[in-house]
Amino acid sequence: MMPDLGNYAVEVISAYGLSLTVLGFLIVTSVVRNARVKQRLAEAEARKDA
Amino acid sequence: MAPTRKLKGYWDAFWRLANPKVFMGWSRRLLPFIIVMAAFCLSTGLIWGFFFTPDDARQGSTVKIIYLHVPAALVAINGYLLMFFGSLFWLIRRQHVSVLIAKATAPIGMAMTAIALLTGAIWGQPMWGTYWVWDPRLTSFFVLFLFYIGYIVLWSAIEDHDTAADLTSILALVGSGFALLSRYAVLFWSQGLHQGTTVAISDGVQQERISDVFFQPLLLSMAGFCLMFLALLLIGTRTELRARRLKMFEVREQML
Repeated sequence: MMPDLGNYAVEVISAYGLSLTVLGFLIVTSVVRNARVKQRLAEAEARKDA
Repeated sequence: MAPTRKLKGYWDAFWRLANPKVFMGWSRRLLPFIIVMAAFCLSTGLIWGFFFTPDDARQGSTVKIIYLHVPAALVAINGYLLMFFGSLFWLIRRQHVSVLIAKATAPIGMAMTAIALLTGAIWGQPMWGTYWVWDPRLTSFFVLFLFYIGYIVLWSAIEDHDTAADLTSILALVGSGFALLSRYAVLFWSQGLHQGTTVAISDGVQQERISDVFFQPLLLSMAGFCLMFLALLLIGTRTELRARRLKMFEVREQML
C-alpha cells in the first residue's frame, strides 16, 4: 500500500508528518477554544438571567 | 439609476450579513456543509497525491510535497489579503465582525505560512542542495510569517478592544505589501532559486502547465485547503464574537 518513495522517503514523510501535525494542532485548538468560550458565555448569560 | 440602486441593494445586503447576530445565524447553518466538503476534498486530494501519483522524472518522489506546499502557500498569501480587507473595513466603517474576521484569520494564516516554509525547506534540500536561501520569494514569505506573529502578539498585548483593533489593522495594512511581494517577487526580481507560479509556468510568451497527473489531485488539495481555511475562519470568528460578548458580561459583573 505504501508507495516506494526511493531515496527521498525521509523528506516526503517528514513533510507530510510535520504538516499534518501543524494542521491537527490548529484544528484541535480552534475547536477546543470555541467550545470553552461557548460554555463560559452560556454560564455568564445564565448568571445574568438568574 | 436602476443599476445603481440594485448595486446599493447588494452592498447593503453584504453589510447586513456582517451584523453579529446575522453572522452567527448563517455561519452556523453553513459550517457543517463546509466542514464535510473540506474533509472530502482534503483527504481525497492528499491520498490521491501521496499514494496514486507517479514520481516526477527530475524531482523523484519529492514532487508529492507539492500537495501540501502549494495549497498552504496559497492560503497563507490570500489569508493575509483577507486580513487586509477586514482591517480596512474596520478602519473605515468600524465594523466589528470584519476586524474579528481578520483576527481569526491570523493563527490560520500563520500555521499555513509555517507549513509552506517547512515543506519548502524539506523540498529544497534535495532539489537545491540547501534548506534555505535568502531568495526574494523565500525571504518575503518569511517576513510574512513574522507579520502574522506580530499581528497575533499585538492583539494579545493590548487590553482595550478598539485600540487593539486599530493598531493591528494598521499592522495588517503594512504587512499586506509583503503578502503581495511573496506572490509576485519572482516576477520583478530575476535572481533566486524559487520558480514562478507552480500551477502555470509562464515565460511571458508561452504558458506551460504541470502535467494533469499531478494537477488534478493538486487542484483537489487546493480546494480542500481553501475550504478548511473557510471552516476554521468561521469557527474562529464565531469564537471571537462570543469572546467579545463574554468580556462585556464580565466587565458588567465587575462593575456591579
